[in-house]
Amino acid sequence: MDFLFIIQQTLSATLGVNAIIFALAAIGLNMHFGYTGLLNFGQAGFLAIGAYSVAVPVISFNISLWVAFLIGIFNSIIFALLLGLPTLRLRADYLAIVTIAAAEIVRQIARSATFRDFLGGSDGITGKFASEFFDLNPFKQGLTTPILRFSGNDLWVVITGWILVALITFVMWVMVNSPWGRVMRAIREDEDAVRSLGKNVYLYKMQSLIIGGVIGSIAGFVYALSRQSVQPDNYGTALTFFAYTVLILGGAARVFAPIIGAMIFWFLIVFIEQVLREGVTSDVIPDWLIGVNQVGQIRFMLMGLGLMLLMIFRPQGIFGDKKELALDAKA
Amino acid sequence: MQKRNSGADFALTTSQIPGSSKPDPILIADKITRQFGGLTAVNVNHVEIQRGSITALIGPNGAGKTTFFNLLTGYDSPNSGTWSFNGMALNGVPPYKVARLGMVRTFQLTKALYRLTVMENMLLGARAQKGESVLRSVFPWIWRSQEAAIRVKATSILKNFKLIEKQDDFAAALSGGQRKLLEMARALMVEPEMVMLDEPMAGVNPALKQSLLEHIKELRNEGKTVLFVEHDMDMVHEISDWVIVMAQGEIIAEGTPATVMGNNQVIEAYLGAHHDTDLTSEGA
Repeated sequence: MDFLFIIQQTLSATLGVNAIIFALAAIGLNMHFGYTGLLNFGQAGFLAIGAYSVAVPVISFNISLWVAFLIGIFNSIIFALLLGLPTLRLRADYLAIVTIAAAEIVRQIARSATFRDFLGGSDGITGKFASEFFDLNPFKQGLTTPILRFSGNDLWVVITGWILVALITFVMWVMVNSPWGRVMRAIREDEDAVRSLGKNVYLYKMQSLIIGGVIGSIAGFVYALSRQSVQPDNYGTALTFFAYTVLILGGAARVFAPIIGAMIFWFLIVFIEQVLREGVTSDVIPDWLIGVNQVGQIRFMLMGLGLMLLMIFRPQGIFGDKKELALDAKA
Repeated sequence: MQKRNSGADFALTTSQIPGSSKPDPILIADKITRQFGGLTAVNVNHVEIQRGSITALIGPNGAGKTTFFNLLTGYDSPNSGTWSFNGMALNGVPPYKVARLGMVRTFQLTKALYRLTVMENMLLGARAQKGESVLRSVFPWIWRSQEAAIRVKATSILKNFKLIEKQDDFAAALSGGQRKLLEMARALMVEPEMVMLDEPMAGVNPALKQSLLEHIKELRNEGKTVLFVEHDMDMVHEISDWVIVMAQGEIIAEGTPATVMGNNQVIEAYLGAHHDTDLTSEGA
């Protein structure tokens, strides 16, 4: 077994593009679910809107990528308003139902034959829409060390991506520790009590939905840029649930939870996969037990097992406070 | 400012009949009905609440007291009727605006915000906070001094309510009675003109009860109006200037505590018309 290769692959994934995408998606969910108590099960929809909003304007309308970013943010605000206007006055469960459906609607529209000319149907969009971004890359030769390895493009996405994550996390930290954040956490606890103190709860919930959604669409930007393509089926419900996994791993309502959660998530997935793959190819794991083609499925099984154990022994996540979690029982 | 002493003054000159007019009403409700399916939960023809008084709203279970409370504070909408606070019509006004107008309520099932600390619960109550705007929240120097001033005020109220040692504990860590105190203290942070307390004494131990009573009297001394729903008759007797009795959604009696509790209709509503009939004689 090539241990160095396993370490290199695992560390590169821990700090890699996917960790950035999931960290951003989970930061958005942390705003929604962790701080405001909004059950948004449609975060994938926000990512899809972000991803298509950078690809479509550049490819079909020849608009600058930088303008496309603004279009993406604008579109995700519209999507948040569409979701929130009818549902935020209702109980939390309704938002969950509407968001999961809305995200699927976005994906189905994106892959539909009707809009094939613009959105590329089920094949999605592949093209040079990200060149303006990669033209700025000063590290075109990439990074190759025994323990870390990124291609030139990936290195540029990773550097700008983590800077973006740090900036957004800092702003989040300031916001949730402000009186505004206090209102948000209070809404999570009991909205009627917050109303009785003269706060416009509906407005605050809408702000939360928009802010978390915009951060989700930024995750979509990174998703699209890093692959230089947009595939509709990448934005299914699984993406949302992985983002929730990342958030819960780190500990909901903790500012750094999404970052650490995303790193752990990708560390585990890639580590398990690489160990299994190396084990199978070097015959340490016998063929009758696991075949090469089964590695992909088995890593998710083991991942699931690990998550179950985490929820049993550390339900509050990495950063969470168990005492605080117990209070949720509303004694 | 003219010192408006307890409601006793107005109580002497006000006729003790349901819907009687008060010399200086802060809250006036007219022809309010609320139906749940076929059931009429509230059917209040006319009621006025005297400014600066402590008024108790009593009645047997299911009389519609809490529903009436919810209607007045915007948490529920009536099928018909109008009501006004300080001359301002409140039809269709959402709860948060009702609170901003100066009418702040508490809840029968206490709504302490559990995973906020006691201090955070208090700070949340203050009005017109700059840092509660989404854009300004990002610039702490805009709201820091206001936050400090609010904290000073919260500290003094917490001291008064003997909750100051608990200020850094989660609200969930308080006892049931302390949560009632916290909820009331938090309502005061809004600087209300009128406080609506829904069963402030439920589940509160006798020692805390006395201090709650004092706090309610203090509110009146500060010129605030208090309307409260309560089942504890001793408390009603001790602190209220005026008592309004509801049964089956209607107001059946109004008056001073002494008069109301001697009223036959009230006794019947609570205990049933035949409460003194010997049960054994019915079977004969």
